[in-house]
Amino acid sequence: MANKTLKDIAKVIRSKNAGPFEVTMDIIFKTKEDYEEIKNRGIITKELISKLYNIPIEKIITFAYFDAANAIKITLPRPRPQGSIGETDMHAAQQHVPLMKIPV
Amino acid sequence: MSNDEIKILTPTAMLGYGFPLKWFKKGIDRNPDVIAVDSGSTDSGPHKLGLGVMTCSKEAYYKDISNILEAAHEKKIPVFISSAGGDGTNVHVDEFINIIKDISKNKGYHFNIAAIYSEMEKSFLIEKLKKNKIKPCGPVEPLQEEEIKLATSIVAQMGVEPYLKILEERDDIDIIISGRTYDPVPIAVLGIKKGFNPGLCWHLGKIMECGALCAEPAGKAMFGILKNDYFILEPLNPSERCTVASVAAHTLYEKTHPYLLPGPGGITDLSETVFEQLDDRRVKVSGSKFIPSDVYTVKLEGAKKVGYRSIFIAGVRDPIAIEHIDEIISRVENEVKEYFSEIPKESYQMVFHVYGKNGVMGEYEIEKNVTPLELCIILEVAAPTQDIATAICSRARTEMLHSPYEGRIATAGNIALPFTPLEIPLGGVCKFNVYHLLELEDPVEPFSIKYLEV
Repeated sequence: MANKTLKDIAKVIRSKNAGPFEVTMDIIFKTKEDYEEIKNRGIITKELISKLYNIPIEKIITFAYFDAANAIKITLPRPRPQGSIGETDMHAAQQHVPLMKIPV
Repeated sequence: MSNDEIKILTPTAMLGYGFPLKWFKKGIDRNPDVIAVDSGSTDSGPHKLGLGVMTCSKEAYYKDISNILEAAHEKKIPVFISSAGGDGTNVHVDEFINIIKDISKNKGYHFNIAAIYSEMEKSFLIEKLKKNKIKPCGPVEPLQEEEIKLATSIVAQMGVEPYLKILEERDDIDIIISGRTYDPVPIAVLGIKKGFNPGLCWHLGKIMECGALCAEPAGKAMFGILKNDYFILEPLNPSERCTVASVAAHTLYEKTHPYLLPGPGGITDLSETVFEQLDDRRVKVSGSKFIPSDVYTVKLEGAKKVGYRSIFIAGVRDPIAIEHIDEIISRVENEVKEYFSEIPKESYQMVFHVYGKNGVMGEYEIEKNVTPLELCIILEVAAPTQDIATAICSRARTEMLHSPYEGRIATAGNIALPFTPLEIPLGGVCKFNVYHLLELEDPVEPFSIKYLEV
């Protein structure tokens, strides 16, 4: 997979609010093979997420694989309660972009 | 209703958003045991709970409910509508009942209605807080009595038990309208009442509360058939398909965890769920489990009003101004604070949203060294009154327009303003201040039920 990034092998990379205090991100792979490879090689880790989102590892709420959907889910706290003063993304719909560029 | 299957029709993911009648009627032709639809969400922010406004207009609800009632009346199909008005407050439950009364009067329908209210008395919550029965739900601070008092209203997401109580007490109920409700409840309740596998009931509810969002392409109306050890999903629009991939992917949607879904009374565990393609458009799901919790909890939601907002919207194209934007913003902030020295600094907030830099991701943005062609700047001012918010916004706007900065050669103005009014008042601003789990010994206790005939 030389020079490829996650967006080349993922069918879905998205972010969304999960309640008013969390943002959750889903990566769903096009093929079982790619999913298994990324999972087995440990390409995506809590350490990487911490770096990409500028957030301490212990604040990551969920980092989990879901084999039935060939998917990885990552859930982080929002910087402020949804919709309060300073909000930038009500539905947290545009917080997925750092994941797209992960080299695979 | 047959004893070995339950047929459920959901016309749309969100009552009030409208749905194609053609596919809804196709679902009605299949004689569902219930038409179930959720109308609740916290997705669009705290202002609904904080200011008491409904998610959709009354006209939008009237139209959707009219279409549902026509079918309910003709074919005697029960209707369950949850989280009335979006936030599920008592006044919105009554608003929905009034809509049903109006429609029924105009059309000559007769219905027996049960209403369930989910607003919590503040004294009841303070009592529970003192007994340590209220805990944070996720990354939230512990609840303080003060916040309970400051909230405009606080609702609890009821579980299935208040619905079950109604169905046990009365066998002639045509319509249930509930306040804030755990989204899957109106879809799951008949299966749970009949003793079907609760894991499947809840999982079906989780998927169908979003209508046909789990289909490819995503749609509105969904038909679900619940059996003893599996359920089947079929979107009613023939150009939509449920696939193993689309349904499994939807399971993740807007949830904290991919396969553990906590709700009132327990966790739906999808770690051993099996998705099978039944034919081109239908998916069969089995293996979902429900793990009851030791302590029964419901989720509380509350919001308070924290002030008023005004904004201005401005563009920047000059490359020297763009290079010095941080310097300009910092100067504006200082000038405004100095000018309004009589207003306590902690009573208002100025937040610069700088699009082209980090307007979307804010604190989470890690790409710092980019040179944009243009910037869009929105200054958000929040203050105790609308007038103060607009005055601060105005002062900041004029300062920004004329502020000097290093290397400036465009001396007539720093920002391009597209709209009048140049300062735009946005009204009240709210904040979610209650998002906690309340322990209950009796899952029905705080939810009052009312019966009426229209």
